[in-house]
Amino acid sequence: MYCRIAIFRIVALCLFFSSPLVRADVNTGIAELDTIFTDFYEGKGSVRTEALDTLAAMPREDTRELLQGILDGDLMFHRPSDTIVWAVKDGREFTMTSLDRSADLGRDGSRKVKRLKLNNSVRAYIRQLIAGLGLYSSNATERLAAIEALIDTPAAIEQATLDELLSAEQDQTVLHALQSLLTRKQLSSDDPTIRVTAVKALRTDLSSESRAAITRVALDDEDTDVRDAATSVQQYHEQQVKIYGRAETVFFGLSLGSVLVLAAIGLAISFGVMGVINMAHGELIMLGAYCAWAMQQLMPQSIAAALVVSIPIAFIVTGLVGIIIERTVIRFLYGRPLETLLATFGISLILQQLVRTFVSPQNVPVANPEFMSGVLHINGVFSLTLNRLYILAFCLLVFAALVILLKYSRFGLEVRAVSQNRAMARAMGVRSARIDSLTFGLGAGVAGIAGVALSQLTNVGPNLGQAYIVDSFMVVVFGGVGNLWGTLISGMTLGIANKLMEPWAGAILAKILVLVFLIMFIQKRPRGLFPQRGRAVES
Amino acid sequence: MRAGKSRLSTLLFISAVVTLLVTVTTLNQLPAGHELHVGNFMVSLLGKYLTYAILAVAVDLVWGYLGILSLGHAAFFALGGYAMGMYLMRQIGDRGVYGNPDLPDFMVFLNWTELPWYWMGFDSFAFTALMILLVPGLLAFVFGWFAFRSRVNGVYLSIITQAMTYALMLAFFRNEMGFGGNNGLTDFKDLLGFDLRSDDVRLGLFIASGVALIFVYLLCDSILRSRLGKVAIAIRDAEDRTRFLGYRVERVKLALFTLSAMIAGLAGALYVPQVGIINPGEFSPLNSIEVVVWVAIGGRGTLYGAVIGALGVNYAKTWFTGAYPEAWLFALGLLFVLVTLALPKGIAGLRWFPSQGKKEGGT
Repeated sequence: MYCRIAIFRIVALCLFFSSPLVRADVNTGIAELDTIFTDFYEGKGSVRTEALDTLAAMPREDTRELLQGILDGDLMFHRPSDTIVWAVKDGREFTMTSLDRSADLGRDGSRKVKRLKLNNSVRAYIRQLIAGLGLYSSNATERLAAIEALIDTPAAIEQATLDELLSAEQDQTVLHALQSLLTRKQLSSDDPTIRVTAVKALRTDLSSESRAAITRVALDDEDTDVRDAATSVQQYHEQQVKIYGRAETVFFGLSLGSVLVLAAIGLAISFGVMGVINMAHGELIMLGAYCAWAMQQLMPQSIAAALVVSIPIAFIVTGLVGIIIERTVIRFLYGRPLETLLATFGISLILQQLVRTFVSPQNVPVANPEFMSGVLHINGVFSLTLNRLYILAFCLLVFAALVILLKYSRFGLEVRAVSQNRAMARAMGVRSARIDSLTFGLGAGVAGIAGVALSQLTNVGPNLGQAYIVDSFMVVVFGGVGNLWGTLISGMTLGIANKLMEPWAGAILAKILVLVFLIMFIQKRPRGLFPQRGRAVES
Repeated sequence: MRAGKSRLSTLLFISAVVTLLVTVTTLNQLPAGHELHVGNFMVSLLGKYLTYAILAVAVDLVWGYLGILSLGHAAFFALGGYAMGMYLMRQIGDRGVYGNPDLPDFMVFLNWTELPWYWMGFDSFAFTALMILLVPGLLAFVFGWFAFRSRVNGVYLSIITQAMTYALMLAFFRNEMGFGGNNGLTDFKDLLGFDLRSDDVRLGLFIASGVALIFVYLLCDSILRSRLGKVAIAIRDAEDRTRFLGYRVERVKLALFTLSAMIAGLAGALYVPQVGIINPGEFSPLNSIEVVVWVAIGGRGTLYGAVIGALGVNYAKTWFTGAYPEAWLFALGLLFVLVTLALPKGIAGLRWFPSQGKKEGGT
């Protein structure tokens, strides 16, 4: 930084002494500006570039703006006054201000002003100068932008300047960018050993620019050592890209799996633990999603808070709906699973139509809060979307909570007792009817929570539930009825299998293949991956 | 004694269908202004209901008498429909939008150069008729072979039949399958040389549906009164006991399931020319469940109950969606719940016929 100010002083002094036209003080500098622009306007070739250099080196705040003005054509030559001015088109006339924007120069017709002549090399030169100025900006974002503008033409920046910048830089991100610029510059160095060092430094950088640079070196470099080094780095990169590509597939699979598990886990409770086929499960998920929407409507200022609040709300609302369904319909149908299936299907139709009639037949918008939108960059080829990451975490959280509830609480003990041997449980004093209601309510409530999560991934509409019902049943049956861990593993497996097949089979065919596989699987092992064992299992 | 009463119900049923056919045909011939005139739209609608009734009989055969709740019968119906649709597509010839004599419009649109192998032969009606029965039958045979042999029962079977129709729906939505993708097959011109848009052909299809219903009814009735039918009912009520008595339960199930699928295919084939389109939506799991509801409401375990259910629910649906479109799903949903709770044997269980008075074990 000190060095730069020194340069300014020198240039300023030179100008001060060399120019006969100097009249005003340095602060305004209008006279110097005029000189420079006159040179630029009248000169040719090197005179013009020198004039631009001088402009860029002036100790003014607005040098960037002026250069940009030349580039954008906002600076024009005014014939009557024979000066260069800022000109803004206003109808058929131009409103003009002086170069330093200190004086209003009135208006004049469009014939009186003339564009500055620019050719491509001058334009490129100006761009470079602007980028160079940005390097010294006090704003870290501007510095970063300037560095990134230079990354493909590292020759434009002097080694000394770069070293100076590197030693002065405080910001970590900018420093990182500077280092990669340095590496890029070293790649075009004349010394093969420096080039080899640079190639090796790019080994950990998986960004597409870095990979392109390495590929170029591996093909074109005149020195064999450099080429060999580049080729080995290139191979390493390819390998890494492949590995991260697989990691990405697995992540997408886990994400899909988490959605499946969330959708299925409520069903795993009502179907698995109680043996009740609840075809209205999808609609309970849908109700949960509508709870998220309703909370956002009620709290439009704080979307994130609304989403968090809607989790317990959805649990309570859908849980209550579940208990009502159990009390009014399902309890009359225990032991008749096929009838339960039909009755709950009827309920699902009613719930759908309720939403269509009282909310809207169209989809409703549910906003993603700030903290859920965004991407987590791991490296140049691998990044995770935050909303999927959160939902994966949420799924595991819900799962853990359920496992703990069913395994370690009094309620969980009673649920398991009733599901294993109802008569014995009743004999031990468990109120089985109450447990039935609560279990069904729990399954429904979890469906509601799943709905809140799904509202962040898919469209929320009356048909939301239908899309998940077949999948949810598949997950539960594949995992083994009455087994929460089975549901988790089967959901994740199906999710990953689906995503693994997608690249070569296409999304729909992958799904069909998974369904066909499941149909075959159930033939082979009708009780799923992790069947319940013991005398309690119905024959 | 029971057989005699059963024959009475069969006779009543056949005369009812014949009466319907004759009345509608006669009233259709009346001049258009006459107050008793039955319009062509109504004829097609009734024809459609009759094909639904055939489908309901097919579902009732396996659910009411064998205890297999199939949530995938719409798949067999749609497959029969697609087979018929393919024949009708071939009949269009060069009268399509693109005027290509060798390829259906959608294939021209997709830049296909030649007919896929599985479209071969659908120029011939005899081949098509064979396929209408064979394709659903084969699918049901293969599916049932695996499922019944590994003793997949009850709810699990219902769920995998649902998965089957769901998978087929997804498959038929794909353009690459060569069945018209999302749009399905439509824009049919004629059947066996008769113009499908003419009123006489529509009446003819209506009558054909009615005749097919009678035929299917008689076939199922005679099977159910045979030894096979008795074993089927035994399986429904106590599968293990029947197996221990030495009956090959899997074979009985497989035979009736396959037959039921073929009947569903026939229904689909009669349905497509009357509505003029077949698309993958017919495979949707919802459709299959709706069929089950017709049977449940009409009364499973009685063939005429299934027919009453199919006609009644569909008539109600047409009426409701015209008069109160909002209320239809409420009404249907309530019907589901009320029928399963209060009328486990459906309308036919209300002792219209004394022959049903005997106590039977349900599933």
